[in-house]
Amino acid sequence: MIEIRNVSKWYGQTQVLANASTHVAKGEVVVVCGPSGSGKSTLIKCVNGLEPFTEGTITVDGVSVGDPKTDLPRLRARVGMVFQHFELFPHMSVEQNLALAQVKVLGRSKEEALARGAVLLDRVGLRDHATKFPGQLSGGQQQRVAIARALAMDPICLLFDEPTSALDPEMIGEVLDVMVELAQEGMTMMCVTHEMGFARKVARRVVFMDHGEIVEDAPTGAFFDAPASERAKTFLSRILRH
Amino acid sequence: MGEFDFSVWGPSLPFIRDGLLFTLRLTLVAMTGGIVIGTLLALARLSPIAPLSRVAGAYVDLMRSIPLVLVILWFFLIIPFLTGSPVGAETSAIITFTAFEAAFYCEIMRSGIQSVPRGQLNAAQALGLGRAQTMVHVILPQAMRNMLPVLLTQTIVLFQDTSLVYAIGAKDMLKAADVVGKNYNRPVEMIVLSALIYFAICFGLSLAVKQLQKRVAIIR
Repeated sequence: MIEIRNVSKWYGQTQVLANASTHVAKGEVVVVCGPSGSGKSTLIKCVNGLEPFTEGTITVDGVSVGDPKTDLPRLRARVGMVFQHFELFPHMSVEQNLALAQVKVLGRSKEEALARGAVLLDRVGLRDHATKFPGQLSGGQQQRVAIARALAMDPICLLFDEPTSALDPEMIGEVLDVMVELAQEGMTMMCVTHEMGFARKVARRVVFMDHGEIVEDAPTGAFFDAPASERAKTFLSRILRH
Repeated sequence: MGEFDFSVWGPSLPFIRDGLLFTLRLTLVAMTGGIVIGTLLALARLSPIAPLSRVAGAYVDLMRSIPLVLVILWFFLIIPFLTGSPVGAETSAIITFTAFEAAFYCEIMRSGIQSVPRGQLNAAQALGLGRAQTMVHVILPQAMRNMLPVLLTQTIVLFQDTSLVYAIGAKDMLKAADVVGKNYNRPVEMIVLSALIYFAICFGLSLAVKQLQKRVAIIR
């Protein structure tokens, strides 16, 4: 589904991605982790072309992301993305947030879009909040709306960019629950996260990045039980200590 | 020293009304046109296409560096010179104000657009919205709301500035007051009347702004 081959990226003189290669097969969940500044957010933003990259190729469902001829908006419409800071549109109600791209991009009717939105809101446990505005919801609720908004486009895969990093600890669970459910239903997911419990539970593989490099790309069990590199060991000991 | 005689206000009202109607029309047209053109200018200024950005920037800098009254005069005099036929003070004033205010609204909209966090742009793009759709549905509505107080303050300033059309003899409210004042030999009373009307309208607008802001403000 997602193929990343030898991707490099420079900001001027600084290299932020160094020859990164990995893949996510259909129905697979892959967790990307690593210290801050390791390039994991940049990498995931390259997958739907929010960030351009300098070298290498990325294909999603066979469509080349870096190809200038690619209709990026059309590709992005099929790839859901959830952000660290939710990025709901604050001037629109929850149901409008869910309907906007369905109507404007997929060409659904307003009624159809609202109906689809209602089903998804129900699914993330927020049926009663349809007419509220994002600012009236807690962080955890906002992030669940953001997931519903991505799902409303019937995406072929979902990208998560640190979906729980901006949340208060007591709200992380409600978001992870939704993500676990999606994973168990067979949604293809690439998740940048430090939630190692989530990784253990649903990830097929864990990709560990440091300094723009993919240092390890291993099946989840192997990664946690016997990380091959010193850097991964250090990282794991730091984040698993507490 | 003479005494005030406010009885002149009564017979002056039809003239004041006609003048006020023009003043309001001028304000409304210049505001609407100014915001529309100003927003387009702001988009041009923020455009990655360098020539476009530079032309828009030059236009804004030029307009902001010349006193409005000079622009009014200059435009009024140069149009007949270029086209061979005068356009009339009123039309000239409407065009001048729209063009002039556009430069100020441009700068307001530019900071409004820049006040919208980059993540909003990413989120809109990630949903598959195109450039124009992102602007129209996500960025501009937030920019407008963020800038509403400044946009309306600028409009109040615009309303007051319309009195400068006296320079080309357009018949706005101040001109009407002036004419009546001269005819009845009561200039001071008429200036007091127009000041009161300006005050009432501007103060009323300020209050309306506060109400509107409460209604459309983004809940955070």
